[in-house]
Amino acid sequence: MIRLIDVYKEYDNGTKALKGVNLRIDDGEFVFLVGPSGSGKSTIIKLITGEVYPTDGRMMVNGFSPDNMRTNQIPLMRRTLGVIFQDFRLIEKKTVWENLSFVMRAVGCSGRETRRRIPYVLKLVGLEGKENHFPNELSGGEQQRVAIARALVNNPSMIIADEPTGNLDPQRSYEIMDLLKRINELGTTVLVVTHERDLVDRFGKRVVAIEDGKIISDETGGYYNG
Amino acid sequence: MAKRINAGYYISEGFHNVFSHGFMSFAAVCMIVACLLIMGTFTLVAVNMEHMLGELERENEFIAYIDETYTREQAQGLEKDLTAIENVAGVTFVTKEEARQNYLQGREEVELLKELPSTVFRDRFRIHVDDIREISATVDRVKTVSGVAKVVVALEIAQGFVLVRNIALGVALVLIAMLMIISLFIIANTIKLATFYRREEIAIMKMCGATNGFVRWPFVYEGMLLGLAGAVVAFFLQWGVYQLVCGFIGSNAGLGLVAIIPYTAMAARIFIIFLVSGFVIGVAGSLMAIRKFLQV
Repeated sequence: MIRLIDVYKEYDNGTKALKGVNLRIDDGEFVFLVGPSGSGKSTIIKLITGEVYPTDGRMMVNGFSPDNMRTNQIPLMRRTLGVIFQDFRLIEKKTVWENLSFVMRAVGCSGRETRRRIPYVLKLVGLEGKENHFPNELSGGEQQRVAIARALVNNPSMIIADEPTGNLDPQRSYEIMDLLKRINELGTTVLVVTHERDLVDRFGKRVVAIEDGKIISDETGGYYNG
Repeated sequence: MAKRINAGYYISEGFHNVFSHGFMSFAAVCMIVACLLIMGTFTLVAVNMEHMLGELERENEFIAYIDETYTREQAQGLEKDLTAIENVAGVTFVTKEEARQNYLQGREEVELLKELPSTVFRDRFRIHVDDIREISATVDRVKTVSGVAKVVVALEIAQGFVLVRNIALGVALVLIAMLMIISLFIIANTIKLATFYRREEIAIMKMCGATNGFVRWPFVYEGMLLGLAGAVVAFFLQWGVYQLVCGFIGSNAGLGLVAIIPYTAMAARIFIIFLVSGFVIGVAGSLMAIRKFLQV
């Protein structure tokens, strides 16, 4: 569960990114966070992943309080999250299997656990048989599926997708969003940051719109009005 | 999911990283080899200088003349008193006849000296010291021994040796320390370059919940492996360079008097020093390089 209570964020250069944001995302929800560039979407993601801290206000991320927790707790908090990026961020020198196994090893899983979990996750995202491929041998849609598999492999309670379809054509974008919807149906909370109106409108999920550091609308089954 | 990360995993990752980033590893090893060779060469020059000065010091001696009223037996009896004096490494008794003979060596053609009686000379002791810096105090103590009539010492030469030795040692220490620091920075920068190349990998690890330790340890093992590999290569290259220099000195008549310590006599120590230096440089360089990239 995510809670942001009257959160402000001002960067060192004086930019006021968030101006009193209140947001609650319950377990099992599927939420679109929409808004124009520079509206504060990325700052919310950075706050949730512990990359930056709020200037003021209170936060709760899956039982952790990023506004006042010790730095050695940040990795523990991040293990409850799976992050997907627009540019996939796969390690080019590692195969699909290695891209997944190294994040499992990073949280202390044994080799045996990785051998059990990775085939299941690859099947879930439709990449069976691609274990030994390198990222540059895959299409953009497949690379994003690897990134989704990587986000899922440690069984997080929440997936955060930052513009996950930004580099894909409309058909692949729909497939990726559909995959995220299916993952959500399996019980994982999903937060998707996007400004692709068609996709948002097509899925009819909760839509939180942000502009100039403030939440301007929050509707379940809503449409993108940004 | 329980924590089951162990040293074996870190070592295998570090080892794997050495080969998967072959060019950067090669560059880092080359830097370590170059730095160790420069430091090693300079240190060996300093050690050999120290050795030569030590040899020259050991040859430095002073003479204690025995009172003429003493019989030969009485004079020889002073040996025990003289060797008991602090800083005296050894004494050699020289009779007045031997002294005469020594004096005449090279002067055989001088007619006037042919009839020189040995009574002109005195029995004497040639005294060698352990530490040339303490020679003045030793001379004072020898003078207090009854039966010693006079002491002759070339204090300026002794002091010259001490001065040369101190300057050489000081310069060597400063240069070696400077080279060590420069090497550390060069290697840290080489490893930093390798780490920069992999910053994305580190950022992904951190975003997935990896602790700083999990990210750091493979880099530390990688740095350690590179440092040790560089040390081994540098050891053998140093051996080759040293043999070449020795060969040149040996074949050059003008340098024939220079006494060089054989590499094999120092090999074990050099190997250990290179290994320790390679280890420290590799590990410290990795830690310095990765620190910045952990702030994600």
